[in-house]
Amino acid sequence: MLARRGLRSGLRRWAAARPMFARGFADDAKKEGEKAPTGQAHVSDKFKEDWKKVAPNYDLPNFPSNYMVARPPVPAAIPAKLTLNFVLPHMFEINAKPVDYVIVTATTGQMGILPGHVPTIAQLQPGILSVHDGTEAPKIYFVSSGFAFVHANSVADVVAIEAVPMDRFDNEEVKRNYAEYTQKMNSAKNELEKAEAQVGVEVCAALMAALGVTA
Amino acid sequence: MSRNAHARYVFLVECAPNPSRSAVVSGIALAVRRIGEMATGAARRGGSRLARQFAEKLTLSSGVGAQNGAPWGMQGLGGASSEGLAPFGARNASNQAVRNRMRSVKNIQKITMAMKMVAASKLRTVQVKAEGSRGLFQPFTVLLGDAPAVMGKKTLVVTLSTDKGLCGGINSTVVKYSRSLLKLSQMYGDDHKTEFVIVGDKAKAQLQREYKKYISMYITETQKVSINFTQCAMMADEIIKNNEYDVIKLVYNKFNSAVSFLPTVATLLSPEMLAGEEAQKLGNLESYETEGDATQGEVLQNLAEFQLASVLYNAMLENATSEMGARMSAMDNSTRNAGEVLDRLTLSYNRSRQASITTELIEIISGAAALEG
Repeated sequence: MLARRGLRSGLRRWAAARPMFARGFADDAKKEGEKAPTGQAHVSDKFKEDWKKVAPNYDLPNFPSNYMVARPPVPAAIPAKLTLNFVLPHMFEINAKPVDYVIVTATTGQMGILPGHVPTIAQLQPGILSVHDGTEAPKIYFVSSGFAFVHANSVADVVAIEAVPMDRFDNEEVKRNYAEYTQKMNSAKNELEKAEAQVGVEVCAALMAALGVTA
Repeated sequence: MSRNAHARYVFLVECAPNPSRSAVVSGIALAVRRIGEMATGAARRGGSRLARQFAEKLTLSSGVGAQNGAPWGMQGLGGASSEGLAPFGARNASNQAVRNRMRSVKNIQKITMAMKMVAASKLRTVQVKAEGSRGLFQPFTVLLGDAPAVMGKKTLVVTLSTDKGLCGGINSTVVKYSRSLLKLSQMYGDDHKTEFVIVGDKAKAQLQREYKKYISMYITETQKVSINFTQCAMMADEIIKNNEYDVIKLVYNKFNSAVSFLPTVATLLSPEMLAGEEAQKLGNLESYETEGDATQGEVLQNLAEFQLASVLYNAMLENATSEMGARMSAMDNSTRNAGEVLDRLTLSYNRSRQASITTELIEIISGAAALEG
């Protein structure tokens, strides 16, 4: 598995180095009607005129991109570090931190994200996310599910619904939950209940595998 | 000043030529008693028995003077014209009304002060949650772009508002912008349809009157349990299931500070629109690979649903925080205004009370003098 991961990430690095993917967002902004790199909304002049006709007395509304910090443009060479943003609904777990690499659990298995990774949209499965930076011990979280985006400027966004550091889990409790959900799945009366129980079984199985616990 | 004046009247009575002793004595006694009553505030109960006896004999009517709050000196000296006997207690009737009003204004002041404290404490908890959720919508905006000018054939305007009132102007602001978005979409032609999904009772009340046929769904009582992601995921699910749309415009108030709330419109595209040309160019989406066997179309489907839930969660928390902040400042203004009204009422009450006491004294004493003279 490690060899496969190495091959895939190596392949992606090579692909990223190709000039086709190394377009700068700054170029796009100069063309009319393209996304501006500074996190500002793409508000065309036509929209402003139309707004004035419809609501002459009201200011233009604000847009969520006005509230965001600007993203860095695509650099010419592959940067040394990957900038990681890891967000949860209740907090910014990791906010624009430069790290060496990140390993996420995507639908096809574990995926490593290094600086210069090809732009990707990956849907995450219940599993481990580990953040590696230099000689520090990797921070390991168990992620319930979410998405990971890798952009051309070596910024990785990981959005997860629940993520818990691994040291917070109780092995016995996890085993008990797994048994409970398996039992629910077997005694499910209709499709909906079966699907719900199946979700529970998947998450618990992944958690047990992550903890190194057998049923 | 009034004390000296009464002393003066006592002196005058004494000096009147050959006043009958009993009249003088009772006049003085009454005046002294009046001063005493004024000091204890017992005068508000409307006069002593002796005063009543004199009032029956007198033809002076001083009710008019006392009630219009004219400077007390004018009434007695100017000689209130007699139009027959004023019914006893008439000059105290308006006092009672003012006193009732004062009591109710004081109660209102206490209530609004309490509401402000409650809103302030709720603000603190919700603000923490809202600030924590601000990261959630950003990855989607970076990936998929923020293009408010994109007008699909079917627009869904999701308006977030509060269930309870007394929170300033934030609900009116949101309704204003929703209405403008409707008109904007209508400007593009008849084939551009718009529908409303209304969250909250206040926007429902305002939009129902004019735009009932445009409203697709109402969602209310969202804050019975505190706002959480599961609830928003369910709301997003309901919205997607029951509506066909190209673009969702989410209108809410972003919390900037306790006195500043920014009306914001978030634009979310449907999966079909995301796969279309405009959106692909906007977000450079064709340069993104997808992991696994899923095509980009399927991934975009999941992505659009997740985006709606996340942006809705952040928007609801921001709106709830704005609600608490707006309610706090509205109740604060209300408390201050109530205090000012109470001050003014107190002044006018005291003035009229003192004027009525003075007038009664004048009546008594001049009555006594008239009896002797």
